[in-house]
Amino acid sequence: MVATAPHFLTAPRFRGGRKAAQLAGRWVGFPLLTLFIASVVLFVAVAMQPGDPVTQILGSRATKAAYRVEQHKLGLDRPLIVQYWHWIHGAVHGSFGDSLVYKQSVSSLIWPRLTVTLGLVAYAGVLIVLFGVGLGVAGGVRRRFGPVVAVLSGIGVAVPGFLAAQVLIAVFAVRLGWFPVLGSGSGIADRINHLTLPSVALAIASVAYVAQISRTAVADAAGRPHAETARGRGLPGHLVTRRHVLRNASIPIATVSGLAVASLFAGAVVVEQAFGLGGVGSLLVQSVADKDSNTVLAVGLILVAVFIVTTTLLDLLRYLLDPRMRKGARR
Amino acid sequence: MTSLLEIRDLAIDIKTATGWRPLVHSLSLSLNRSGALGLVGESGSGKSVSTRAVMRLAPEHSRVNGTVVYDGEDVNTMNRGRLREYRSRQVAMIHQDPRSHINPLRTVGDFLTEGVRHLPRGERRELAVSALADVGIPDGRRRMDQYPHQLSGGLLQRVMIAAAVMTGPKLLLADEPTTALDVTTQSEVMAVLGEAREQHELALLFITHDLELAAAVTDRLAVMYAGTIMEEGPTAAVSRAPQHPYTIGLLASQPNVRGARRERLTPIPGRPTAAHESGPGCPFAGRCLFAEDHCRTERPAPRLLGESLVRCHRAEDPEIRQAAARIQEES
Amino acid sequence: MSLISVTGVRHVRGAASSLRRDPVVAAASGVLAVLVLLALLAPVIAPYPPGRIDLYAIDQLPSSAHLFGTDSLGRDIFSRTLYGARLSLLGPALVTLAASALGGATALVAAWYGGRLEQALLRALDILMAFPGLLYAVLAVVAFGTGLLAPAIALSIAYAPYIARVVHAVAASERRLPYIESLQLLGFPPSRTIGVHLLRNLRTTIVAQTTINFGYALLDLAALSFIGLGVQPPTAEWGLMVGDSSSALLNGSPQESIAAGGAIVLTVVAVNLLGERLAARAGRSSRS
Repeated sequence: MVATAPHFLTAPRFRGGRKAAQLAGRWVGFPLLTLFIASVVLFVAVAMQPGDPVTQILGSRATKAAYRVEQHKLGLDRPLIVQYWHWIHGAVHGSFGDSLVYKQSVSSLIWPRLTVTLGLVAYAGVLIVLFGVGLGVAGGVRRRFGPVVAVLSGIGVAVPGFLAAQVLIAVFAVRLGWFPVLGSGSGIADRINHLTLPSVALAIASVAYVAQISRTAVADAAGRPHAETARGRGLPGHLVTRRHVLRNASIPIATVSGLAVASLFAGAVVVEQAFGLGGVGSLLVQSVADKDSNTVLAVGLILVAVFIVTTTLLDLLRYLLDPRMRKGARR
Repeated sequence: MTSLLEIRDLAIDIKTATGWRPLVHSLSLSLNRSGALGLVGESGSGKSVSTRAVMRLAPEHSRVNGTVVYDGEDVNTMNRGRLREYRSRQVAMIHQDPRSHINPLRTVGDFLTEGVRHLPRGERRELAVSALADVGIPDGRRRMDQYPHQLSGGLLQRVMIAAAVMTGPKLLLADEPTTALDVTTQSEVMAVLGEAREQHELALLFITHDLELAAAVTDRLAVMYAGTIMEEGPTAAVSRAPQHPYTIGLLASQPNVRGARRERLTPIPGRPTAAHESGPGCPFAGRCLFAEDHCRTERPAPRLLGESLVRCHRAEDPEIRQAAARIQEES
Repeated sequence: MSLISVTGVRHVRGAASSLRRDPVVAAASGVLAVLVLLALLAPVIAPYPPGRIDLYAIDQLPSSAHLFGTDSLGRDIFSRTLYGARLSLLGPALVTLAASALGGATALVAAWYGGRLEQALLRALDILMAFPGLLYAVLAVVAFGTGLLAPAIALSIAYAPYIARVVHAVAASERRLPYIESLQLLGFPPSRTIGVHLLRNLRTTIVAQTTINFGYALLDLAALSFIGLGVQPPTAEWGLMVGDSSSALLNGSPQESIAAGGAIVLTVVAVNLLGERLAARAGRSSRS
């Protein structure tokens, strides 16, 4: 197995009794703790950034008095910990303050863009499940396809999203004219059409990675002694495959697919930029470049939260798939 | 009386990077209806692969020559449907390590009922519960809903025996069924196995490295070394008056379970060799205390000596007879 | 024990010792060696300085004067690809080495001392691992500005848990082996036992995971340059070059995309193949 290993594989180390409290800790406590720590790191990183938002707003020629007033208005004259409290309190209530650049509330900036990003990630997620898992399972079950899948996925994982984006635009949008080049479109069909190339670009490496892992997982399960037992008991091939190979491979497959989908939120930052999509990813890049602190904080926190929610849901899924995690010890 | 199982000149080779490598050489065995044959040998002697060949479960990348005839029918030429029928209703196999041979993600009930798919759905569960009761698991109904990890090794091995017996087979293959268990559980499982055999008039092919254990439950013994049967005959003859130096060595190296303690355990010198490592001569020649020059150059053919088939050039030699007698005195 | 597993083990030993004779490993290491050599010798080999602009020769297709053609500013793409290899390989190298040192040390400390310290360290690693490396890098850019150093440090921290996790798994089981205990009883100080014995047995695992991380680090750093948060123009770097090549590509001059994109894909494929083989070997040797 390879680099990407989800935190929940190792995270809560509960053995023995499975009490509701422990499960709550696992699916509520641990994610919240992670989110809290992430928010602190995020806040400190933004506070450390060079430059001064007050000067950024007023310009360097402002009088000291005007500077003080503005600084007080922004709450920057208070200790960092108070500022953090103020920010996180607002964030929990859905208020992230105003953008220093766009002069409007950060929330109003984010929400329309979030739907674009979620659409992009969902679309790419579907591609991952369809093609990544599909190819991997095909390569694992039908041994003849194995090498083909291995080679394709070996190259696929090395194709960065931005390169895929560029090539897709050049070939399918400009040369062939099948898809629109830029933007996110309006109306459902048009949006899907606009999101097709970005989703493919975003998904390509993950599809390959998931295919790779799925293929090995299936081949591994097929070679396990319990699969041999099933064959030796005269179970028809399709049942051996379904109940003893795919069922068992489903756990690692679900794990990597879920993780791949979660990581799409990071990949989206790059792909949105490449396609000029107005999602939260490109907003993050833009606001980092503009030193638009409130927006950086908000987008950062939202990405992190979405990521944590995704991985937590994935852990829940694993729990449902694997009775060994679910039920108690020997009785 | 025709035999139930007849293996003739079975040869199994496995493909490696350097070419075909033999695992089993011209192996011939026969097993009578409701008879019990012990196949004894150290790890690596080829007993497990040979047993799997009875079910036509060859290891990957291997080729199998020779015939396996079950009840007058060649197993290797059965069509797919017949093979399934044969595997599910005629033979059953018990494995060394029940924990890896039973799918950890499916319940005990799933495992048991899966073997009797030919029965109406309603009857399967009842049959499974009564099969569990037969192997000494009284609370079958509760166990059916449990997962393998919730059962102890001994209990799980009973489940495996129940699953094997409940399909009504005529032949039971037991591959080191007690090796992975602790000593007290071992004898319980052997007792359950014995009862099941008696109750269902099963023929048994018992694979073990433990000659004494095999002698206790079988009526014929075959001693295997490096993919070759060295000595084969009635259990009493082989275990009390061994004629092959390897059999003598095996007996000398095992602690005596019945009665007087042997003064010292004499290990067979050297490490077990695999089939592909043996030269042109007797496979055991390298470790044999009685080997002479021609043992290393000329492969001995099986010869009928008394009631046993012995594959040794020097079996009648007084030196070897004396060694055998000494073992007997000590035990 | 059956014959199958016995021969299985022998297979594995054969495979491990023949790693060097494995054609895939040979090809992958060959490609990487050539790339490193080209990067080192860039000043000698490159026909032009990487930054030399020639507005009379923009977007030229490959010719004898410009082996890979020129970009939209008339710069020689071959020279830029060679020079680009320097930063594009140095960045991930720094990241993975730092990550391995950091992650390896954390894992060894956790495995060695056990108890609460181990639990706390592992939990901290879990939290670190909760996010993709790219987000850390973006955050570092926020705090410290663009360039190579800030993202590289951030990625080093982001990648450390991956090393730590595999090293900890092996070290924790190794830690319980009798030979470690006997070394302790013989009075060897922990530093020596960890440093010499444990580390030697973990070496394949660490090298394998470091190799695998290299590919991911290269992709992350290139992505960062592409979106403008990494090294800045006019530096020659593969991710930047791909970014620069966009308009040329749309105008029918794919040479820069092909050169820079191809270099990225080739490097990552080679690194991944090597990493996979090493990991397979590490997995086997830790089991046998």
